[in-house]
Amino acid sequence: MSQEKILSSDGIPLEESLKKAERKNKLKAVLLVAPLFLFILIIYIFPIGDMLFRSVDDRMITKMLPKTFVAMEKWDGQDLPDEPVYQGLYEDLSILKKNKTFGKIIARLNYEKSGFSSLIKKTIRKIDKLEEGNYKEQFIKIHKRWGQSEYLVALKNTAPNWSYAKYLKGVDLKFDEKRNIIQQDEDRRIYKTLWLRTINVAFWVTIFCFILAYPIAHLLATLPMKYSNLLMICVLLPFWTSLLVRTSSWMVLLQQQGPINDLIVWLGWAADDNRPELMYNVIGTFVAMTQILLPFMVLPLYSVMKTISPSLMRAGKSLGGTPLVSFVKIYFPLTIPGIGAGSLLVFILAIGYYITPALVGGASGSLISNNIAYHMKSSLDWAFASALGTMLLVGVLAIYWVYNKLVGIDNIKLG
Amino acid sequence: MALPNHTPLNYRIWHYTYLTFCFLVFFFLIAPLFVILPLSFNAEQYIHFSSKMLALDPEGFSLRWYEDMIYGTKNPWGLATKNSLIIAFFATIGSTILGTVAALGLSSRHMPYKAAFMALLISPMIVPLIISGTAIFFFMAKVGLAATHTGIVLSHIILGTPFVVITVTATLSGFDHSVTRAAASLGSNPVNTFMKITLPLIMPGVISGALFAFVTSFDEVVVVLFLAGLENTTIPIQMWVGLREQLSPTIMAVATCLIVMSTLILVTAELLRRRSERLRGINR
Repeated sequence: MSQEKILSSDGIPLEESLKKAERKNKLKAVLLVAPLFLFILIIYIFPIGDMLFRSVDDRMITKMLPKTFVAMEKWDGQDLPDEPVYQGLYEDLSILKKNKTFGKIIARLNYEKSGFSSLIKKTIRKIDKLEEGNYKEQFIKIHKRWGQSEYLVALKNTAPNWSYAKYLKGVDLKFDEKRNIIQQDEDRRIYKTLWLRTINVAFWVTIFCFILAYPIAHLLATLPMKYSNLLMICVLLPFWTSLLVRTSSWMVLLQQQGPINDLIVWLGWAADDNRPELMYNVIGTFVAMTQILLPFMVLPLYSVMKTISPSLMRAGKSLGGTPLVSFVKIYFPLTIPGIGAGSLLVFILAIGYYITPALVGGASGSLISNNIAYHMKSSLDWAFASALGTMLLVGVLAIYWVYNKLVGIDNIKLG
Repeated sequence: MALPNHTPLNYRIWHYTYLTFCFLVFFFLIAPLFVILPLSFNAEQYIHFSSKMLALDPEGFSLRWYEDMIYGTKNPWGLATKNSLIIAFFATIGSTILGTVAALGLSSRHMPYKAAFMALLISPMIVPLIISGTAIFFFMAKVGLAATHTGIVLSHIILGTPFVVITVTATLSGFDHSVTRAAASLGSNPVNTFMKITLPLIMPGVISGALFAFVTSFDEVVVVLFLAGLENTTIPIQMWVGLREQLSPTIMAVATCLIVMSTLILVTAELLRRRSERLRGINR
């Protein structure tokens, strides 16, 4: 049976015409998304890629001492290297001295092994007086450390263009001279504590938010509209208020002469001259962050609870369940999507919190974000800040992925 | 929430415990904001409820910190307010346009890889600000836009668009596409259809997205901390600087103004939400 093709009005087969229309619509949709996509790609995604790149980039020193490293390739790293290495050093350092760009290299090498600072400075000071030939002997005469192979080994260790040393530092590990990974010295182990504290704070803030949010979300969802709208303001007003305003109100409340301390003294829980420190420690971080992040837990819970029909609980009761049993078996399981959404949202926000811990947290309440900011703005170790940022980013993206799987990112509701 | 007369005692106790707990949580949420209001009218130097204030003596109150905020010498608030408004204005316009257009594409059922695009476009909302700030700073420094208004506006557009995308796609999810087809069948071109049919219908979503974008920019401090020079100082930056030095009553005055502003925004957002639900025929 021969099947005649159905043609559209302009004589093209209908199937083809439909496909064409489909393609056109697809193209239209893509073109609409394209401007924002490109914008975010260029100003956001690429810079984040650049940040990853910076965290492993160690080419600066290779560029500054090119001849030395070429000469070092032939050296086995056991005894002292031969003349060509010292000649390379001489040539490289002379250029650095001429351009006055040796500051960075001193910092970088001293980071690798302490003692390099004075070594390089002294060498650069005397480098003009060196005579041609036999540089090895003359270098050792300038500073005896040029005759100790461990310094030259350390120098050779900086040769690779890429290094994950910053990541090791981020978890309190480091390389020893033989490139083995070992624990950081006892007094320098701070990052493990910091990571654990960050996770700890984020975890407990999430738990506190959940405990506080669940009953009020339930109340908001079950009250008649005219009351719940009024109470909703209590949730939404903080949500819309500036973060700094809310943090400053906590600073007012928690300060030593503040209302909360006044109350504690008035109740006789503490002496007036021995007021407890509520701020600049982890207590301040906990309290302020819980209050600030609470709306992010209430809103998803509320939107889920709103959809649960009250007749379900009534049915549970009519079938003989006590209120507790009907709650545990019927209501609670239905709210789990909301719990998941709210908890993940609060946890993600809490783990990267910066402003509030910086203002009310003090030293014992500061989180990983505060350390990243410190390395960006004060110590200027941008590579290390990038490495810490990347580690945090990987963690957050993992949670984001879970969130997307569980809740679906397009199901986020705002207000 | 009155209980029926026959409710057993233990349920009664349980019920009132629950209501008390809820009351305390609402108090915990809202009370901190109201601590600031009276303190901004304090006649004294200190951030403390003076005995005169507690006795409601008119002498305990004054407007001097508001005066200081507006007329104070060497006062950064004027410049900061101007900068904040300029930056927030352009960032809002940018985010709203880019976000709305993208949301139109994302809501089309012909859009390929919808979930992946959505996840990518919303990511600036999820990635911690400190990371966004670091990355954007490296970029802006490289292209020479650090410490410029342009650089800050561009980064705030990034941070604001996810909110616009979310609110507008939510509005579009209940959108009846037959009205645009009707317009097309009556001979309207796509741009005309959008301006005359689609846009008015999704307007509540667009405006509430714009409000989010505005607040995000107006309130944003982490990225600005990395990017801003002295000339680009904003209200949040000045508050941050002030809070790090010392709690001053002037900051309380500024905070009060900001609370008033957020109340206005909240009211607008609420009205819009209700209007949008009415327009989309959602009755609760």
